[in-house]
Amino acid sequence: MSSDRRPLLLMSPALLWLFWLMLVPCLLILVLAFFRRGIYGGIEYTWTLENLALVFDPLYFSIFLKSAGIAGLSATIACILGYAAAYAIAAMPRRHQPMLLFFAVLPFWSNYLVRTYAWIVLLNREGLVVNLARWIGFEGELPSMLYNEQVVVVGLVYNYLPFVILSCYAPLSRLNPEITEASRDLGASGWTTFRRVTLPMTVPGIATGFVFVFVLSIGNFVTPALLGGGQFQMIGNLVYAQFLTANDWPFGAALSMILIAVMLGLLMLQALVAERASGATREGDNG
Amino acid sequence: MSPISLRSSACLMAALAAFSAPAWAQKLTVSNWDGYMAADTMDNFSAETGNDAELVLHATNEEIMGKLIASKGVGYDVVFVSSPFAEVLNNLGLAETLDQDKIPNLANLYAEATELPHDPGNRFSVPYAWGTTGLCYRSDLVDAPTSWADLLMPSEDVAGKTTMLATDRWLLAAGQLQLGYSVNETDPDKMAEVRDVLIDAKKTLLAYDDTTFYAKLVSGEAELVQAWDGWCNYGIAENADIKYMIPKEGSDLWVDTMVILKASENKDAAYEFVNYILDAENHRWAAENILYKVPNEAAMAGVDAGLFESFPNMGMAPAEMLKFEQLRDVGAAQRDYSRIVSEIKAAN
Repeated sequence: MSSDRRPLLLMSPALLWLFWLMLVPCLLILVLAFFRRGIYGGIEYTWTLENLALVFDPLYFSIFLKSAGIAGLSATIACILGYAAAYAIAAMPRRHQPMLLFFAVLPFWSNYLVRTYAWIVLLNREGLVVNLARWIGFEGELPSMLYNEQVVVVGLVYNYLPFVILSCYAPLSRLNPEITEASRDLGASGWTTFRRVTLPMTVPGIATGFVFVFVLSIGNFVTPALLGGGQFQMIGNLVYAQFLTANDWPFGAALSMILIAVMLGLLMLQALVAERASGATREGDNG
Repeated sequence: MSPISLRSSACLMAALAAFSAPAWAQKLTVSNWDGYMAADTMDNFSAETGNDAELVLHATNEEIMGKLIASKGVGYDVVFVSSPFAEVLNNLGLAETLDQDKIPNLANLYAEATELPHDPGNRFSVPYAWGTTGLCYRSDLVDAPTSWADLLMPSEDVAGKTTMLATDRWLLAAGQLQLGYSVNETDPDKMAEVRDVLIDAKKTLLAYDDTTFYAKLVSGEAELVQAWDGWCNYGIAENADIKYMIPKEGSDLWVDTMVILKASENKDAAYEFVNYILDAENHRWAAENILYKVPNEAAMAGVDAGLFESFPNMGMAPAEMLKFEQLRDVGAAQRDYSRIVSEIKAAN
């Protein structure tokens, strides 16, 4: 009996912490979505669905779609770059791999804000890149490299790439080399082996990386504010504005609620992909 | 202040409290923006008046408003907020109706500062700093602007080198003033025009920026920006070619105020604190160190003349400023304002 209880006992501090300090406060905020904003920014406790309906207003919904687009693009680019890097690291001699992984996560040792500001120092109109170009002898105006959508994607990819490298490295490093050897022995080319054997077996890592970057990007408000120059809003900025400038907590809560629903949906999808892939691997092992 | 002197002043305060303060005396809690008064204000106030006092910080008006609305004002004694928010505190019944006899230093204020449209007669708020919002520019790189149109419809060589304030009300004010409307306009048709002007302006902007615009001017990254006069002064301090001007269509008059909370449990100390700040010497600190105009005639009279030479907008007469309209709380129209700002930011 006592040994059955032990896991529960070990888990309970963490569960209590999450329940009281995360779940309960979150629910308290989310429930505001069903009340009205008072005329001076307070909460009027009368039930309404108006805030949730407003999220689907074409204006706000288009901001939602745009955020999803930027997050999707960032996640895709991060997955391609991250998978390639993880593949290369996994192919290196074992003793070098920890060092390479260490370098991959090194940026996490500095603050997110510092890393983002570094891009501004690098790319602004009087910044390092422009001055370097001038020093080399380039004359005339360089195209603006900051304060647009593209640089926001660059910033998001840069900041979240290490997650993808780690999540892809895990399955790649565990891959049994005999399986790929068998594929080559049976006459498959290197490309076919990668496409038909390696890639399918490492899909869970890619899916985890993709969802990670997508979820972190879609709610991000620092990068669009700094690198985007505040010139377009992502859903994170919209939520931020409702809570901190418009004093419209009910609408902010409604936006957050939809955002959380999208994220939960994606996490479930990712769990499903992982489940199916591991099922496939097991069948592969048996056969 | 060193930890040792902190401790000794704390001992002194404890001794003073034992003799002079009533047994239930609590800590006076003041909320202000970071750096908006001298670092030793609270200690000096405590030492002079024997009131135990602490300072808490808020980053934005909205942040402190959120806290005050949630707690019904309990836990705070004096807060520094911009005038539209002081109005809201009054409308919500959270602001103390001031007993003017307890603030003798109100006599130091300019006559204009006691008749501000948001609160004529200082019934619930006392002005702390005031100023205008105009254009801050590099006089060595661009021709002197004359109109909001120079910002909103910049000439080809200035396009891409301008910034506008990111805060909803001031962002909209630039368009409202350009079109000759009130900075508190709420008529949907007129606001649609404002939106269209600002969407066109967005295409020529470098960025929306509330915090680093003067640094962008100093580095040359921007050449013409929408700015609060006090913040433009920070740019001027680093580069004398930076200048401030008010467009011919006008400006808003912004006023930051002190409000005593009705729920305050230390009202006598709160009154003493407001009176202490309005002392000519104490209030002058703000003018000389944060380069904001203060509505205190006695304080401004003591400001070093050199400061007015370096920062001409510091010398603007109160009567000149009073020509401009204050931003007022727009109540239910706030949601429309937020929406228009979202429309502007969502436009390509």
